[in-house]
Amino acid sequence: MSETIGSGPVLAADGTPLKRSLQRSLRLQKLRALLLIAPLLAFILITFIAPIADMLFRSVENEIVSETLPQTVKLLDADGPSAPIVPGNETFSALYVDLYVAVKNKEHTRLGSRLNYEQTGVSSLFRKSGRRVRRLDVEIYKNQFLDVDPAWGEVTTWLTLMEDAKVHKALPQTMWAFSAWLDDVIEDGDKPEEEKLEDYIFVALYNDLSAVSDKAVSRDLINKTASAVGGFETVDFKSAFAKFDKDWHNEDVWKTLRVYSPPYTEGYFLNAVDLQKEFEGYSVRPENERIYGTLFMRTLFMSLIITGCAILLGYPIAWLMSNRPMREANLLMIMVLLPFWTSLLVRTSAWKVMLQQQGVINDTLVWLNIIDEAGRLVLINNQFGTIVAMTHILLPFMVLPLYSVMRTIPVSYTRAAKSLGATNWTAFWRVYFPLSVPGIGAGSILVFILSIGYYITPEIVGGTSGTFISNRIAYHISSSLNWGLAAALGSILLLVVLLLYWVYDRIVGIDNVKLGG
Amino acid sequence: MANTAEERAFVEFERVQKSYDGETLVVKDLNLSMPKGEFLTMLGPSGSGKTTCLMMLAGFETATHGDIRLDGKEINNIPPHKRGIGMVFQNYALFPHMTVNENLAFPLEIRKLGKADREAKVRRALEMVQMGEFGARRIAQLSGGQQQRIALARALVFDPSLVLMDEPLGALDKQLREHMQFEIKRIADDLDITVVYVTHDQTEALTMSDRVAVFDDGRIQQLAPPDQLYEEPENSFVAQFIGENNTLEGVVQEIRDGLALVRLDNGEVIDTTPVNVSEVGERTKVSIRPERVEFDKERLGSEAHTLKAEVLEFIYMGDIFRTRLRVAGNEDFIVKTRNAVNQTRLEPGQQIEIGWLPEDCRALDA
Amino acid sequence: MEKTGIKVINDESSAEAVAKLRAMDEAGNVTWDLVDVVAADAIRLCDEGLAMEIDHDEVLAKAPDGTPASKDFGDLIVSQCFIPQIVYSTTFGYRTDLVGDKKPTSVCAVFDTKTWPGKRSLEKRPINNMEWALICDGVAKDEVYDVLATPEGQERALKKLDTIKDDVIWWSAGADTPQLLADGEIVMGSTYNGRLFSVIEEQKQPVAMLWDAQVFDLDGWIVPAGLSPERKARVMDYLKFATDTQRLADQAKYISYGPARKSSAPLVGKHADLGIDMAPHMPTDPNNAKNTFLYNYEFWADYRDDIDAKFQAWLAK
Repeated sequence: MSETIGSGPVLAADGTPLKRSLQRSLRLQKLRALLLIAPLLAFILITFIAPIADMLFRSVENEIVSETLPQTVKLLDADGPSAPIVPGNETFSALYVDLYVAVKNKEHTRLGSRLNYEQTGVSSLFRKSGRRVRRLDVEIYKNQFLDVDPAWGEVTTWLTLMEDAKVHKALPQTMWAFSAWLDDVIEDGDKPEEEKLEDYIFVALYNDLSAVSDKAVSRDLINKTASAVGGFETVDFKSAFAKFDKDWHNEDVWKTLRVYSPPYTEGYFLNAVDLQKEFEGYSVRPENERIYGTLFMRTLFMSLIITGCAILLGYPIAWLMSNRPMREANLLMIMVLLPFWTSLLVRTSAWKVMLQQQGVINDTLVWLNIIDEAGRLVLINNQFGTIVAMTHILLPFMVLPLYSVMRTIPVSYTRAAKSLGATNWTAFWRVYFPLSVPGIGAGSILVFILSIGYYITPEIVGGTSGTFISNRIAYHISSSLNWGLAAALGSILLLVVLLLYWVYDRIVGIDNVKLGG
Repeated sequence: MANTAEERAFVEFERVQKSYDGETLVVKDLNLSMPKGEFLTMLGPSGSGKTTCLMMLAGFETATHGDIRLDGKEINNIPPHKRGIGMVFQNYALFPHMTVNENLAFPLEIRKLGKADREAKVRRALEMVQMGEFGARRIAQLSGGQQQRIALARALVFDPSLVLMDEPLGALDKQLREHMQFEIKRIADDLDITVVYVTHDQTEALTMSDRVAVFDDGRIQQLAPPDQLYEEPENSFVAQFIGENNTLEGVVQEIRDGLALVRLDNGEVIDTTPVNVSEVGERTKVSIRPERVEFDKERLGSEAHTLKAEVLEFIYMGDIFRTRLRVAGNEDFIVKTRNAVNQTRLEPGQQIEIGWLPEDCRALDA
Repeated sequence: MEKTGIKVINDESSAEAVAKLRAMDEAGNVTWDLVDVVAADAIRLCDEGLAMEIDHDEVLAKAPDGTPASKDFGDLIVSQCFIPQIVYSTTFGYRTDLVGDKKPTSVCAVFDTKTWPGKRSLEKRPINNMEWALICDGVAKDEVYDVLATPEGQERALKKLDTIKDDVIWWSAGADTPQLLADGEIVMGSTYNGRLFSVIEEQKQPVAMLWDAQVFDLDGWIVPAGLSPERKARVMDYLKFATDTQRLADQAKYISYGPARKSSAPLVGKHADLGIDMAPHMPTDPNNAKNTFLYNYEFWADYRDDIDAKFQAWLAK
């Protein structure tokens, strides 16, 4: 600032230095503001944004297939459209190497579980094959390589090859197989030089050397061996796998493998909307497996009803609270907040006691002779029970914003309306109500969004007709462990909420949402 | 018991009482009657009951006891929306979700006027408050003064015979307030409507009203035209409340020939006009307006009593001089003099003698 | 834990053990030292390398007569990572005062709403329910899983369940059925046998066991993989103590779950508070075990995803 003033009338007329110094001071202010919110920002990033990003990522992530079976997937990817579904011995040979390493790392059953979501039976196929693959005798490969050159039996030979980038390029499968072995040895704390090379590495070496003729590696050992592998005796892996389990020759298994080999997949999202991704393309799930569409619609529909009920019940309370003297208002407020101080589980269970067929309400109705013993009403384990319990639980979220908005509506507005000739109803409907709409908006958004993701209450009192999409999400998170599908369902839910928010903004205007004064 | 005067009364309070809690009375035995076309102001400090009276008249509060009549009809049990009384609220209470036009059309819609009628009346009302081109604006887009005008227009648009105004100018700055006082008065006169106006600002009350009712402690202390109220306050509250006032305390020594001799607490004796003192020996507060105090002996009669005074402070205020004196132990005795040619400017520390005409000096209740 | 001097922190979420362990493993911070899981979860955790493989003979105590642990537990060691503790079963209980004069003796009573009207409770998952449905639809016991492996068989089971769909309250927590029975909300319902034992013997409710076609399952310990040697040593020490013959027999003093060691069986005595003989209340007691199933881990590992999708779709219909 001082330089601007100090440099005299010329610069003052020019104006630029002033602007620059203003910018500088504003930047300082912004920086200070940023520093102030930094802890919260970091907190939100870590606890909110990051998990959401992670969820979005998981809903399409499918690297498990290409990471567990990298060599097989490479060969499958290279297959043209006319290639047979069940591949030839070459691919099975690569599968052997992949599976052997996966079993070492205990990754094959997880892949089995993953693929079992798409194709029933793959889980046990992988588990069973995992046990058998370790027992398969492939020693002949090693023996034949040692016959060509005993150097192949030395770990040091391999360690030298590891350092050559060209070898990595020429023998990718071999180098991958060897590093898996090496990692394992080092992890156990052993010296590689003293360990015995495992047979599967030589299968990989054979696969590499027999695949392409021109190796372009200026190493005698490799060139010499490459010309010799043509006459090697081999194991028929294709038949061997069929002996593990005849499903390895089942086209459906390979179709699933081929469809789910890419690192990213839309399969989870398709499943989440009752479609499926098959080798032949997209299709609708069979009718007896369709559920998510129904659940999404039900969740939205019931959340709307719950929001409506909360408005109907909450509005009069909020109105009463804002129009009573402070002491009475506080008492009412405590009654509204009371549910907040009780555990959610206790509240929901209390509704069970109230609503069940041998419960308080039915007992009272029977006692009053309104219904007879046989005609006890079914009030719980259905949609009704869910709506009642959830409206009760979410009511404070409607009442509080309503109250804080209504409190700011001066009594003089209604009085003015009345003095202008409006009846009580007209004054309410034409003047008070429109002014309280922002409160309804805020409350509705809160209640709707909360109920759309509600889980415990529908689980306990919802029975079969009153459960929400979130119950399925929870199931896939904690029981079926299909986190990808859970993430896809969650992402769709998030999308629906954002969409509704946008629609709300278009219709009502988000400025019209007030949590208070 | 009805006599002709009461029959002509347009608004009438008879023995009205109001209590909120059943223990204390906020309004105590209120009697008031005003003719059609009058501009009456209820003036008083906060908590004096003036707003409660207005609200009872509007119908937002019910009288605990007594009758309120409008145009001869008892309105105690008529709900506010059927009373046909226009009202301007303290914070205007313009509906923020409606435009100016919609606000003004609101009472007309309720009265089921046709669209053309409505538009004509709204336009006329807007023009009356000189806001003709603001009809399409939202309330939040208007300044305080503009909102005030719209509030006034809305209260008048449906041609009520009685308009109530509850401190309508309280939120405006001084200059705008003075301008609006004049404006409201003009419109009230033009339309010949009856106005009950509530304020705690005495200048406002004095400049606008035909009559002013000074409220205190739930009672009307004095109901009179502004000049009478200022010059002839009936008790010390009114004297203190209206305008600036000097008070000296003492005991009545003698009452004769319409004059009362008061011995002040420091022993000096002065002539006063007895207003509500009747007995010798009674304590009294003597009230003298600052502009009626003289220190130029030539302007006082020879028989006038004078008091010794010491100048404590001299304040130059442009049109007037304001001098603070110590008189009979009172250090807040104010004298106002006009800034005329040759006017004496007193110096702090100066010893002078002051006096006044007995009719300007009123002996009131203690 | 006076004897062992080990502090035990209970985390009531072992029902979600697999999910939680997997999440902990992904986050690289496994906070559990020892997890109580059902056998199916143990198998899965072991397969995925989330649980540690255990040499049962080395880690666990011998039976008093010197039999090595692996023999004492026998074929209950369904996974190399699993240390079985108890044998429990999922079975039915019924209200003696609500079933009328004819007491139910077969699991098919659940599907017979004519003879025994009223609500029943079943677990909100296909496992067990599908098997029971097929048996009561006339499938021979040893063919149940062959039938259930086919889409037609699955349809058939759901169709059978459909006949009682309106009469079923579905539970998801083991405490639900005992509560529903105690409240008289249901006539009969499935749950874990130990829960029914407390309703009958401890709370003295008018409830009786059905036992027919009960499904055995195992519950036991797994040790998460990758513990530090120090933590591991502590856990192993505790395991050795907690799963010895006497300790396993002792836990039967409190609830009617069978000890997993053969050598514990003769030591099962009387209930700690009630003083009644516990042996007749064990699911493995010959009188109770006339017709039983063993949870088919292999089958459900494969078919759970598929059948569950169909089951849930059917539920939502």
